[in-house]
Amino acid sequence: MNRVTKLESSLLDLLKEDCRLPLEKLATMTGATLEEVAGTIEDLEKRRIILRYTPVINWDLTDRERVEAMIEVRVTPQRDMGFDAVAKRIYRFDEVKSVYLMSGAYDLLVLVEARTLRELASFVSAKLSTLELVTGTATSFVLKRYKEEGVVFEGDESDGRLVISP
Amino acid sequence: MNYDRFLNPEVAAVPPSGIRRFFDLASGRRDTISLGVGEPDFRTPYHIRNAAINSLLDGETQYTANRGLLSLRREISYYLKHRFGAPEYDPETEILVTIGASEAIDLALRAMVHAGDEVLVPEPSYVSYSPSVIFAGGTPVGVVTREEDDFRLKPEYLESVITERTKALILPYPNNPTGGIMEREDLEALVPVILRHDLMVISDEIYAELIYDGKEHASITALPGMAERTILINGFSKAFAMTGWRVGYACGPKEILSVMNKVHQYGIMCAPRMGQVAAEEALRLGRENDYEDVMTMRESYDRRRRLMVESFRAMGLHCFEPYGAFYVFPSVRSTGLSSEEFCSRLLMEKNVAAVPGNAFGPCGEGNIRCCYATALDKLNIALDRIAEFVKERKG
Repeated sequence: MNRVTKLESSLLDLLKEDCRLPLEKLATMTGATLEEVAGTIEDLEKRRIILRYTPVINWDLTDRERVEAMIEVRVTPQRDMGFDAVAKRIYRFDEVKSVYLMSGAYDLLVLVEARTLRELASFVSAKLSTLELVTGTATSFVLKRYKEEGVVFEGDESDGRLVISP
Repeated sequence: MNYDRFLNPEVAAVPPSGIRRFFDLASGRRDTISLGVGEPDFRTPYHIRNAAINSLLDGETQYTANRGLLSLRREISYYLKHRFGAPEYDPETEILVTIGASEAIDLALRAMVHAGDEVLVPEPSYVSYSPSVIFAGGTPVGVVTREEDDFRLKPEYLESVITERTKALILPYPNNPTGGIMEREDLEALVPVILRHDLMVISDEIYAELIYDGKEHASITALPGMAERTILINGFSKAFAMTGWRVGYACGPKEILSVMNKVHQYGIMCAPRMGQVAAEEALRLGRENDYEDVMTMRESYDRRRRLMVESFRAMGLHCFEPYGAFYVFPSVRSTGLSSEEFCSRLLMEKNVAAVPGNAFGPCGEGNIRCCYATALDKLNIALDRIAEFVKERKG
């Protein structure tokens, strides 16, 4: 486990909020020098604490066809390797966006994305269910996204404050 | 019908807040980014909201004691002592829970001020003090603070306006609108003046938690001999992002608190119970987790504070380093515009709202108040627009 310093923690918070903040502003806000900020970020990337800088996209506002599903997967864990080997088999599929090992009634939660319902159905029936260690799946389709990565997609998120107050 | 005959001429003569005009100007506009707010951009932490909800579901909807829930007053006593080195106030007799710190200020003035009494109000400061003094029948007397002194209150300026009618001093630090603070030695320098002229102090410490860069809040109640002549005022609005709950409190000598309580009892009865329950939860959990919510919010304010100061300086505006509250108070004199002109034109031309410094007293002229309790992305856009505006003015 990596212990993060105060500067690292501040930078992670700020980049999580807006990863396009220029280095100068990051330096001003954290009270560190430009070099320190640049070095720290590079280090966070090297240590794979920061993996990628991606936007949060509301695809529903585009005309792009897209289906998402969450699949609960029950598997037989393997001797010595536990769930890791089967998780790896699953996350290698291009359709799979995320894989989590879960506590509770099933083992792996698999987030899958495809262009159409048919593609997604065929992924589950032809690719996922046929893996020999998979003992069962339950697929739930995403109907609507309300909030992702802390960002609310719909609804009034205005701050509710008076424009000017004493 | 002419109502003049029915109005109290002294009350009617008090001018409306200088902020009001800007409020009217700004509220009609769309897509304005407002740096004119005076409250946190955080919502009240979830566990605090939840405590109030549970209390309502449990049917706790009755009056509380006039002075507030005893359990809350106990938490307040512990909090002030352990957090700011204040004396250990007796929850039974020396603490009064009010409807926001505003009511506490009003009560302190009404309990003490008599016709003709003068009350010293450092300027620039929060807009309510002087009118509240007038409503209490007294005369507010401004005390100058200067940008050169980082808007700290200096004993010589204090001394210069004291007369035999002076009864009390309002001490509003950390300060709204300047962000200025008073450190222990600044307060110590005032003590001889306060003692020599036998003044009471109304210390409004509502921003006590919001103090930055390793500085620590100094409460005048912690100085020898001062607790007995100070009404300490604080509340939950700023530190715990609880502005809409309206819960504040006053602490001080029981002789004065009991008279304040009399006014409170007849006029108000008690602060709303659900707000008090929420406030108690805020302090109770804070005691257990080392005020984690407050510290997280403070850290976020501090980052934005640095950004604001640096950005105004980069525009070529003089901006002293504010170590408290969530305001910066840059000087716009170099643009050749008055505070009012600057703010009106900034609003009209760039759609950014700030508050002219003179709304907080004549010595605020030449400065503007910008609140940084606003989302970082909006803050960045606002700063870009202000920079453009300043550049156009300065050529």
